[in-house]
Amino acid sequence: MLQLDGLTYRQPDFCLTADWSADPGDRIAIMGPSGAGKSTLLSMIAGFLTPSSGTVRWMGTDLATVSPGERPMTILFQDQNLFPHLTVAQNLGLGLRPDLRLSPAERNRVEDALARVGLKDLGPRRPGQLSGGQASRAALARALIRARPILLLDEPFAALGPALRQEMLDLVREVADGTGALVLMVTHDPTDALALQGKTAFVADGLVNPPTRTDDLLAHPTPAVQAYLGRK
Amino acid sequence: MGAPFLLPAVVAVLGLLAVFGRSGVLNSALIALGLPPISIYGLQGVVLAHVFLNLPLATRMILQGWLAIPAERVRLAQSLGFGPSETFRHLESPMLREVLPGIALVILVICLTSFAVVITLGGGPGATTIELAIYQAVRFEFDLARAASLAALQLALGGLAALAIAGFGRPADFGAGLDRDLPLSAPPGWRRVGDAVALAAVTLFLVTPLCAVILRGLPGLADLPPSVLPSAGRSVFVALISAFLATAAALALAIASAWRTRLMIEAAATLPLATSGLVLGTGLFLLIQPLAPPMTLALPVTILVNVALSLPYLYRILLPETRALQADYGRLADSLSLTGWPRLRWLILPRLARPLGFGAGIAAALSMGDLGVIALFAGESQATLPLVVSQLRGAYQMEAAASAALILVTLSFALFWAFDAGGRRAAA
Repeated sequence: MLQLDGLTYRQPDFCLTADWSADPGDRIAIMGPSGAGKSTLLSMIAGFLTPSSGTVRWMGTDLATVSPGERPMTILFQDQNLFPHLTVAQNLGLGLRPDLRLSPAERNRVEDALARVGLKDLGPRRPGQLSGGQASRAALARALIRARPILLLDEPFAALGPALRQEMLDLVREVADGTGALVLMVTHDPTDALALQGKTAFVADGLVNPPTRTDDLLAHPTPAVQAYLGRK
Repeated sequence: MGAPFLLPAVVAVLGLLAVFGRSGVLNSALIALGLPPISIYGLQGVVLAHVFLNLPLATRMILQGWLAIPAERVRLAQSLGFGPSETFRHLESPMLREVLPGIALVILVICLTSFAVVITLGGGPGATTIELAIYQAVRFEFDLARAASLAALQLALGGLAALAIAGFGRPADFGAGLDRDLPLSAPPGWRRVGDAVALAAVTLFLVTPLCAVILRGLPGLADLPPSVLPSAGRSVFVALISAFLATAAALALAIASAWRTRLMIEAAATLPLATSGLVLGTGLFLLIQPLAPPMTLALPVTILVNVALSLPYLYRILLPETRALQADYGRLADSLSLTGWPRLRWLILPRLARPLGFGAGIAAALSMGDLGVIALFAGESQATLPLVVSQLRGAYQMEAAASAALILVTLSFALFWAFDAGGRRAAA
């Protein structure tokens, strides 16, 4: 279980608090207006930002002293998810062994992951030679082989078209099903939140609300959610 | 165009004298036209020589800044229909604001600690420098206390210059790119003509003295004194080890500084600039003398001083790109536990191959051409090539000196080229 205990990030003109928990296998969209602190929340969970107060716990263990790479999670950023000077296969291989001394079995796992995301035979390419959708697939393939219990998505598909984004979300669900991962996905689009087929934690006024079922939230929106969606 | 910076100062002065000297090409032409001759001795000559030596360095370092602007940003500018002034305002001036103060500092302090040029072209007390005064205090007056206070003054000046300029540099923050090729085109119309004229003038200024060195040195190559080849071997050996150690040290400092800016690291990487080969050499001489005969340690001491003196340049070259690397890929690398040796092997070395190669090339060439500390330490059997050149000149074997100088120049350029090209190939 992922517990956010009074997790708070405070700046002179900004404050964000989250106090809820999520179970393994949950799929949670973090939705809200830009600047509300969606990415800040993910950065705290991933260990790039030190919280002002509060803790992040996974299965009861406080993660405060755990470095980002050792945390039980994979994060996909908005961009720069692949190193441009390494091949796609090497980028995936880093997810298995940072020193890239891969055994034949590990090489096969890389090939399998590439095939599963529809990038068979593209392993030797450089990221610069991939389309935006292909680059997202490659990053997801690495999440697949890392198989960490939490998958954090910081709007990695924001630059993709609706159809492609839908495809990626399907792939996210597939990856999450395959690894049993808890998914936390930042988005500003209710369509994406629905496509994740889980819960949504709405972020507004410095508070990350506890996740509720996305279809309920959208069917019976609170005034703040209503204002965000632009519905009367 | 990177050539004159790598030219050992003694050899550069030789070339400049052949062009601008009393019986040089320029004055011969002026006299033939009935005009009064100009003198290269004094302040104007010292300034001319320092421009000659540092213009290419400045160009190369600024070019690194241009290359660090991601192609995506240039494409975006082109798609927005940016003219030259908008490109300058939005892309080039932020880059220059980050890059120029560091370069200005480096060149300011090179000139502050310059020795070979001033002693040859200074022409008397009117154009003397602290560095020259230190030399005189040590060599002619044996007044080590005076030398020490002059060195302290030198250090204070360099430190002040560093502080004054430290406030100007700020990160350009261009974000990361996908390593696409840069589709830059030459400007159209009159701007292209202007560029061509400027390039031709600078090329003439930089190339003529180099040609003079080559023409003087070529005839004697077949008949070299026996001391030249072994000393060339020693020089290459010293240069390779210095280049490796200096690059490794500068990279370590740049990584530490990119992680979190600390005053101590900045100081460690910058302060050697304010000192000089002669100052460090004198200090080391005094330290070693009670323990061992200084001559036995001539080459290790030379390597140590060369590493210290080239460290600031290498640090300045590596720091902006190391910072950009940390900003663009630090979080991704952290999230993948890419730390320690694998981070160096798979992220830092390949991403920084170009500036690392350039920096190692500069360190090797600087070390190759350095004359200063070795003059204090070396006996006959440890002489490096620059020392042999100066010894030959001192013995009035002018043709042999020119030939040895030509070999020295060739080796310096070859070392620089090998490292720089290696770095660019690794980055491609």
